[in-house]
Amino acid sequence: MNPYIPHTPADVRAMLDAMGLPDVDALFADIPAEVRRRHRPLGLPGRDELSVHRYLAGLADRSSGQELIPFLGGGLYDHFVPAVVREVLSRSEFYTAYTPYQPEVSQGTLTWMFEYQTMICELTGMEVANASMYDGATALAEAALMAHRTVGGKVVLVPRSLNPGVRQVLATYAWGADLRLGDVPYGEDGRLALAEVPEGTCALIVQQPNAFGVIEDLTGLKDALGQAFLIVYANPIALAVIEPPGAFGADVVVGEGQVLGNPLSFGGPLLGLFATRREHLRRMPGRVSGQTVDAAGKVGYVMAFQTREQHIRRERATSNICTNSALCALAATVYLSALGPDGLRRVALLSMERAHALADRIAALPGFRLAFSGPFFHEFAVQCKRPATAVAALRRAGIAVLPPQFLAPTGIKEAFGVAVTEKRTWEELDRFVEALRGGGRK
Amino acid sequence: MTTIYDRGAPGRQAAALPSLARPEQEILAYIPAGLRRRERPRLPEVSQPELVRHYTHLSRLNYGVDTGFYPLGSCTMKHNPKLHEDLARLPAFAGLHPLLPEEEVQGALALLWELGEYLKGIAGMPGITLQPAAGAHGELTGMLLIKRYLEDRGELGTRTKILLPDSAHGTNPASAAMVGFQVVAVPSDGRGMVDMAALRTALGKDVAGIMLTVPNTLGIFEEDILEITRLAHEAGGLCYFDGANLNAYIGRARPGDMGADIFHFNLHKTFSTPHGGGGPGAGPVAVSEALVPYLPVPEIVREGDRFRLRWDKPKSIGRVHPYFGNFLVMVKALAYILTLGDEGFREVSAGAVLAANYLRVRLRGTYKVPYDRLCKHEFVLSGEGLPVRTLDIAKRLIDYGFHPPTIYFPLIVKEALMIEPTETEPKEVLDAFCEALVGIAGEARERPELLQRAPHNAPVRRLDEARAVREPVLRLLFDSPQA
Repeated sequence: MNPYIPHTPADVRAMLDAMGLPDVDALFADIPAEVRRRHRPLGLPGRDELSVHRYLAGLADRSSGQELIPFLGGGLYDHFVPAVVREVLSRSEFYTAYTPYQPEVSQGTLTWMFEYQTMICELTGMEVANASMYDGATALAEAALMAHRTVGGKVVLVPRSLNPGVRQVLATYAWGADLRLGDVPYGEDGRLALAEVPEGTCALIVQQPNAFGVIEDLTGLKDALGQAFLIVYANPIALAVIEPPGAFGADVVVGEGQVLGNPLSFGGPLLGLFATRREHLRRMPGRVSGQTVDAAGKVGYVMAFQTREQHIRRERATSNICTNSALCALAATVYLSALGPDGLRRVALLSMERAHALADRIAALPGFRLAFSGPFFHEFAVQCKRPATAVAALRRAGIAVLPPQFLAPTGIKEAFGVAVTEKRTWEELDRFVEALRGGGRK
Repeated sequence: MTTIYDRGAPGRQAAALPSLARPEQEILAYIPAGLRRRERPRLPEVSQPELVRHYTHLSRLNYGVDTGFYPLGSCTMKHNPKLHEDLARLPAFAGLHPLLPEEEVQGALALLWELGEYLKGIAGMPGITLQPAAGAHGELTGMLLIKRYLEDRGELGTRTKILLPDSAHGTNPASAAMVGFQVVAVPSDGRGMVDMAALRTALGKDVAGIMLTVPNTLGIFEEDILEITRLAHEAGGLCYFDGANLNAYIGRARPGDMGADIFHFNLHKTFSTPHGGGGPGAGPVAVSEALVPYLPVPEIVREGDRFRLRWDKPKSIGRVHPYFGNFLVMVKALAYILTLGDEGFREVSAGAVLAANYLRVRLRGTYKVPYDRLCKHEFVLSGEGLPVRTLDIAKRLIDYGFHPPTIYFPLIVKEALMIEPTETEPKEVLDAFCEALVGIAGEARERPELLQRAPHNAPVRRLDEARAVREPVLRLLFDSPQA
C-alpha cells in the first residue's frame, strides 16, 4: 500500500457510497474521453523507500566535484553552517507550513520574518526589507523593474563587473519589460568607472564587492544619479566589515543570501535579499511581516501591505511573486542569531585574512599576478599566461576554482577566480600554492 | 510576541568560530578607511540554549501539515515524505557548487535530466526547463516564451492581449503584466466554466494567448477544454496552463493532450515537496514543439551516459535563474516520482478527487455550494446566508484544531471557502472536519459572537491586520538602546 495515502478499500467504498458513485473512475467522467484515451503512462513502477534512497544516493556519488576543495565562489560561497541552523530548520512546524495567510496559527513564521527583516535592515543600512525573493539575481531584476516603475526611464546602467550569471537573469527580465541595459566600464583597479548618466536612466546597479571581489566605493554615486535609483547588489557577509549601502544613499539593496546559513545546494534554493527606503515601501515586491496587536492587546504579527501583492492587486501588483524562499530566510535568521554581530564579523575577517594571505602568495609566484589593484574582500581574479593549465594543475591537487569562461563575459582576459572562506584551512592554502608552483606556470 | 532580540545579553554567542591569526586591525586595513563599517549591525547576542528554545517556541506557534489538516485550496498541502529530507541533506547534493565544470557534476546533471524526462512524460509535452523557482516564476517564464515566439514571428506589435478567465489565480494577471501584455478577463458561465460565447468574442488577431487553470479554481474541470484550445490556436494564440491543480488528474490525463503549449508544474504542490512557510518551491515549465527553441539556457543534454550543458540556442529567452533552479527541491520531487510510479500517480489523483467530492457532498446540506457538480481535487463553499462572515468561520475552525481553507478566493464566489483536502488525509480526519464545519454553522446561527471573536484557542486572539498598515512597524526600531 502507498505509504502516503491512508485510504483503505473500505474507506474508498464508504466515500463513494456517500456520493452514490459506482467506482473511482466515475470521479473522472468530466475529463473529455478523448483526453483520457490519449493518456500514456511513463512505464514507471513504484519503488520502496530503501531502493529510492539507494538510487538517489548513487546519483549523488556520480558527482566527482563533491571531493574537491571549493576555492570557487562566483556568487555562492562555501561558508560554515553551525549545526543549530539545520536543527531549527528541521522543525516541521516551520517547513510543512505555507505562507502565513492565517496569522493566528502562523505566529512562528511571522515572528521570524519580522526578526529577519530587522536583521537585513541592520546589515544593509536600509529602512524596510521584504521577507525574501527567490535569489539574488531575480531580486536584482525586480529592483530594476521597481526603479522603472518609480522614476520612469528605460535605461538600467550595469557595470561589466557584475556577476555574469546574475547579469543574464537581469537581461532576461529587462527584455521582458522593454528596459535597456547600458554598460558601465571598470578601471585598472577593477572598480566601476561611471562617466555619465545618460538621459532616461532609471537605475545604476553596483555589485558590492563586485564579480572580481573588488570593493566598490559608493561615495557620490547617488548624487550623480539624482532621481534614478542606486541599486546595490551586496554580499551580506561582506557588510559585516564594509560600510553598508544605506549609508551611501542606496535606494534598494539586494543580494544573494545563500551565504547566510544555506548550503551551496548546486545553486538552489537560494535566498534573494531585498531592502529599500520607507518611501518606496508601497512599490516593493514580496511579503512583509508587520507588527500589530490581537483583540486582547497582545503584540503579534501579520502580513502587511498585501494590497501591493498579486492575490489582491492582480495585474497592477508590484510583482507576481507569491512563493518565495521563506525557509532559506529562516536559515539566515537563525544563522545571524547564532553568530551575532561579533561572529558575523569574525566570519568576514577570517575569510579576508585567508583570502589575502593566499593572494599575496600567488602574486609572489613567477608568472602569476592579481588582475586588479583595487581593494578586495574574500575573492580575487588571478591572471597568468595559460589559465587553463593552472586550473588543471589545481584540479590535480583536488582544488576547484572559478574557471576562466565564467569571468570571460566581464571582458577580463586569461583569468580564473579564487574565493576563500573561513572553511579553508592554512594547509589547503599551502596545497593551492604548491599546485600552482608545480604545474601551473607558463 | 517575544523576538530573538528580547533574549540574550551582550557578548553571548551561539556558535564558536576559529580565531584570527593576526590582529583584527591588520585585516581591516585591507579595506580603505572610508569604506569600513562604522556602526555594528544590531544582531541578536544569544547563547545556543537560548537560541534553540526561542525557535522551538516559535515553531510551536505554527501550524503545519505535520500538525494537522491543512485544506488550503489551490496549495495542495499534502504530506511531505520524510525520506526526501534525508536525501536533500546528502553532502554530494547539498554541498555541490553549481559552477563546477560539467564533468565534475554528472550526478546532479543526471538527476535534473531524469526529472525533466519524467515531467515531460507527465505533461505529455516535448520540452522542459527546470529553472523557474516557483509557480509564478514559471508563469513569468511562460509569458517570456510567448513574447519571444511572437517576436520571432513578427507578431509582437499586433498580439498584445492575454485572455484570462475571471476565476484565475492572481499570479496569472501579474505575470502577464510583467511582460507588458494587456490582460483581458473572460467571464465564467453558470456551470463555473469558461463562457464559450464570451471566449469567441474575445479571441482575435490581437490575442497572444490564453492562461487557463485546469481544473479551474472552482475545482471544476473545463469540459470544453479541447474546444477552448482549438479556438485559441485557430485565432493564432498560445495556450498557457497553470499547473497548480495537477493533483486533480495526474496519471490520468496530460495537458499536452488538451492542447497546452506551456504548462508549469508546482513541485511543492503536486510533487509533495514542503512549502517551507512560503517557499522555496519549484516551477518547472513544459512546452510544446513550437516553443522548444525559446526555452532558457543552458539545456541539459544527454550524450550516451554523459550529460552536458548546451548554451548555443540563439532563440532562447536567456536565463531565468542564475544556476539550474531549485535543485534540492527537485531531488525531493524525483524521489516522489520514483516512489509512486504510474500506479501511485493514479492513486494520488483518485484519493484527492475522492476526498474533495466526499467533503462537498457531506457539506452541501449545511453550506451553499455555488457550483454543486462533480469537482476535482478542490471545491468552493460559500458562507453566504449565515449571520457571520467567512473570515469568522475560518477563525473558528482554528479552535477546532484545523487550518482554515483558502478564503475569499476565487473572487467570483462571494464569501468563498476554497477547500482542498489532498489524498493524504485519513477518512476519520475528513469526517471530523465535516463535523466541525457543521457545528460551526450551528454556532453561527445561535452564537455568532463566538465566531466573530474567534479564535479562542490559538497562540493569539484575532489580530488587527488593518493596524499593521495604518501604523506600520516592519522591523524592530530599538527605541530604547539595546540592553
